[in-house]
Amino acid sequence: MLRDARHEREEGAAPRYVAAAPAALRIVALDSLTAIFHRASGITHLVESPVPELLDLLREPMTADALLERLASAYDMIDPDVTVLAERLAELEAVGLIERA
Amino acid sequence: MRHVHSLRIGPVGFRIGSDWRAPIDQLRALYRDYPAPRDGIADFSVRLFAARPWRRVLRPSITLGGDFVLPEAAPLPLALGLLAAEMAMNLQLALGGRRYVLLHASSVERDGRALVMTGISGAGKSTLAALLMARGWRLMGDEFALLDPATGMIHAFPRLISLKNESVPEMERALPHARFGPLMPDTPKGAIRHLVPDAAAIAAMEVPATPALILFPRFGFEAAARPVGPSEAFVRLTQASTNYTAMGERAFGALTGLVGRVPGIAIDYPSTAEGVALVERLWGEAA
Repeated sequence: MLRDARHEREEGAAPRYVAAAPAALRIVALDSLTAIFHRASGITHLVESPVPELLDLLREPMTADALLERLASAYDMIDPDVTVLAERLAELEAVGLIERA
Repeated sequence: MRHVHSLRIGPVGFRIGSDWRAPIDQLRALYRDYPAPRDGIADFSVRLFAARPWRRVLRPSITLGGDFVLPEAAPLPLALGLLAAEMAMNLQLALGGRRYVLLHASSVERDGRALVMTGISGAGKSTLAALLMARGWRLMGDEFALLDPATGMIHAFPRLISLKNESVPEMERALPHARFGPLMPDTPKGAIRHLVPDAAAIAAMEVPATPALILFPRFGFEAAARPVGPSEAFVRLTQASTNYTAMGERAFGALTGLVGRVPGIAIDYPSTAEGVALVERLWGEAA
């Protein structure tokens, strides 16, 4: 598995993500939660940290690994885990808040 | 439609048509001090029609109709014609209104500032609003608060106040000289009697107010008050809105703006007297 994963990365197959265009979203920080209106679907999302931070960092396309590095350097992360991050990214992609670059 | 009446409640004009005279006569009497729709043009048409043509005579039963319909809405007996008309008007506004974010909430006004109260059926929205009206507040509405996305103001919708069960005798005692509709003892929601909003509520029904406090009341619990943060208030208000999804981004902007500016408090109260006292105390502290 480990070799497969490394192989994938060497091949450049690890997906790169980018946040939906700023014009596609309306983001309002409420308190510990942030409301996001996704214009294309008309759906309102209520998200907690680190989703707003992820969207902010993903203004430039990057892989989950690169994103984790950026998050770890910008924020105190207790237990950085690329698998968990990949799951969150898949969820955000499913609802259209981020997409593959 | 054989019988027709048109009227305006706050900014919303209705035209109600019926196969029968009785509900229209009752509406006309209870809404006698309300104006006609602006320029004579109603925003919504409501129809009360016989479920089958022969039922108009044999066993009168009313089916609600209008531009927007709920397919599962059950016919009501003619004795509940007034209730049917009110329900149909609510339904048209709730499903068809697009100019305002419709919040299933009561609201009252003092000094140009609105107190908005929202909760599930039975939470006491109508009773609290009616009692506050009896204490000199301006009633803006017991069922819908209309939030204007352009201004952030609350517009009034002072339809007949729908009193249920225990609140019927309570309001008859609190307002012995007020005008009431017929007592309907056996509706799907229990006993219902309509209370006509007072003259001040009708006279000022076109005057909007700046929202100043949002309460989330719950009846039947020990008195308590708990702050509701913006995100919780936002979620509760989207659930209390009948047209949030249909309004799209305008509703999103209006509601995020509202919860960002206006404090929210959840209150529990064991009796209406304690509820009113708690509301007025919290209002004093928020003012």
